[in-house]
Amino acid sequence: MRHQDIPLDTVLDIYTRVLRIRRFEEEVGRLFRQGQLPGFVHLYIGEEAVAAGVCAALTVDDTIISTHRGHGHVIAKGGDIKRMMAELFGKATGYCKGKGGSMHIADFDIGMLGAIGIVGGGLPIAVGAGLSAWYTGSDRVSVCFFGDGAANEGSFHESLNLASTLTLPVVFVCENNQYGEFTPAANAMNITDIADRAAGYGIPGVVADGADAFEMYRVATAAVERARGGDGPTLIEAKTHRRGSHAEGEEAFLGGQTYRDEAETAAAQAKDPLRLLHTYVSENNLLPADLLETLDFETTQLVAEAVEAARNSPDPEIESLYEDLWV
Amino acid sequence: MPRRTYVAAIQEALTEEMRRDSRVFLIGEDVRIGVFPSTRGLHAEFGDKRVIDTPISELAVAGAGIGAAVTGLRPIVDLMFGTFLYLAFDQIANQAGAMRFMYGGQTQAPLVFMVQNGAGSSAGHHHSQAVHQFFMNMPQIKVILPSSPYDGKGLLKSAIRDDNPVLFLHSLSLGGKRGDVPPDEYLIPIGVADVKRAGSDVTICAAGPTVYTALDAAATLAAEGVDAEVIDLRSLSPWDKGTVLDSVARTGRFVAVDESFPTCSAASEWAATVAQEAFYQLKAPVQRVTNKDVPMPFSPVLEKAVLPSATDVIKAVRLTLA
Repeated sequence: MRHQDIPLDTVLDIYTRVLRIRRFEEEVGRLFRQGQLPGFVHLYIGEEAVAAGVCAALTVDDTIISTHRGHGHVIAKGGDIKRMMAELFGKATGYCKGKGGSMHIADFDIGMLGAIGIVGGGLPIAVGAGLSAWYTGSDRVSVCFFGDGAANEGSFHESLNLASTLTLPVVFVCENNQYGEFTPAANAMNITDIADRAAGYGIPGVVADGADAFEMYRVATAAVERARGGDGPTLIEAKTHRRGSHAEGEEAFLGGQTYRDEAETAAAQAKDPLRLLHTYVSENNLLPADLLETLDFETTQLVAEAVEAARNSPDPEIESLYEDLWV
Repeated sequence: MPRRTYVAAIQEALTEEMRRDSRVFLIGEDVRIGVFPSTRGLHAEFGDKRVIDTPISELAVAGAGIGAAVTGLRPIVDLMFGTFLYLAFDQIANQAGAMRFMYGGQTQAPLVFMVQNGAGSSAGHHHSQAVHQFFMNMPQIKVILPSSPYDGKGLLKSAIRDDNPVLFLHSLSLGGKRGDVPPDEYLIPIGVADVKRAGSDVTICAAGPTVYTALDAAATLAAEGVDAEVIDLRSLSPWDKGTVLDSVARTGRFVAVDESFPTCSAASEWAATVAQEAFYQLKAPVQRVTNKDVPMPFSPVLEKAVLPSATDVIKAVRLTLA
């Protein structure tokens, strides 16, 4: 890791985003295991540096599109933890009034155009957001987060090709977390780097260390500048690692079978993005220890308050089913 | 009053709406050249930015339309043939229609998907299917299937101004059909049927090309002393139940004519609605006239045999009178 080209307030900003995602996701995991959350949750633990680094390189006007594993993207873009938590509880006060849930959180006011539950489903929409900026002459950039699994969908091919042929301001951020559900990425493609596929579309492909928030910020900044400058899309492949399950409670779908080996899990633990960041900023005296402690305390409090507020929020009225339909 | 072909009326609607609103643009494969002449000539007037040629990528182009719509534009996504919508199904079914609800009303997707619908040109199974019934089954997508130049123009203009996703289906088999199109601007509201022929003995409900099949049948039946009412639904989702149920209340007989494969056809929905809501006004069981339950064949003779014919409609009407 290195930070020398990054202003100190950005360092703090990135750290705060990573920490906030981590504490939120840890709590969501606990709540799910306690049976307090309906549906499914896909946690972003281990991948926080990707969303944090990329979103720190964006303005509030820039847009992002997210995935089924989307909590981290919403938080990194500046989403409201209270409204997120309420949505996970399925409450009327949630971002989507309880109609979307974990896999469909959006906040259009901050350019978070939605989490998409279909693998690869977000790429075409992100191209459209880029097309919109190009059409209106805005300098807005469209960022699309997606996984290694989506890189094998037809929508990946169509979207990168379309964005490239029209020279649209889109940044494609592939979070290669090594697994598509239970299938190792290596079993699903015969290449090592998904970024290599960029060549097939005549656009730059960059591999980045997804555990290094500063590196993510750096490559995202370059890709965003290129897009804003009218030079078209970039494919960034963040090598990252899904720390835990595909979905919490996945044991129920595995029937006693396993799909990861312990050595690999241990290697993933060693590359924990929060710990790496914490160690780095401490050892380099970038952020004082008491500030980090306070930040952690406040973040934990914030999450706890969000849980409390969500619990005390009303369920949606049945009549709300007939709202938010036709315009 | 000026006479226009069906495709020329569609082209007029596109031109007028693009002149009216700079947020409206056209995107799809070969829209500049205009494979169906409905988009021909637009590029010369509006240029590269508003008439956007794309690779053959139905899924991405449909999704790009959605992304542009939720960020403030009003795209018209031309995907050419109805069957090509199957390639874009995720974007239409999972995203376009559902997103407003799914995101708790935070957004809207004002866009038009435009394709050619149905058979009649011996193009074989991949280029000859009617697809409207699939999209009638999806929440929050409006579906329009006009039968005349007048309706085509007025409904397309309404579709472009609508803030919801709209699937505008035009019929290749009707492309050269001529009709009166007023020179002054007009709009036709989505969801309102048009009674093409008033009658008192039986209600025949149709849309798109089958309107003419129904009218042919009605003419033959009239010579036999049977007075059929023919309703052109024009919009399939939402559809004008009121006009249909009022008609059935008067006639007591109902025949649904629809160019779909029979199971879960549009006709199934109309017939079920009439059977459920007008049961005690019915004098005979409802009848459905649809495609034969086979893939669309190439041979003109076979293709004609698969599609609903006036003879099929007359037979169905006779069953209601028996």
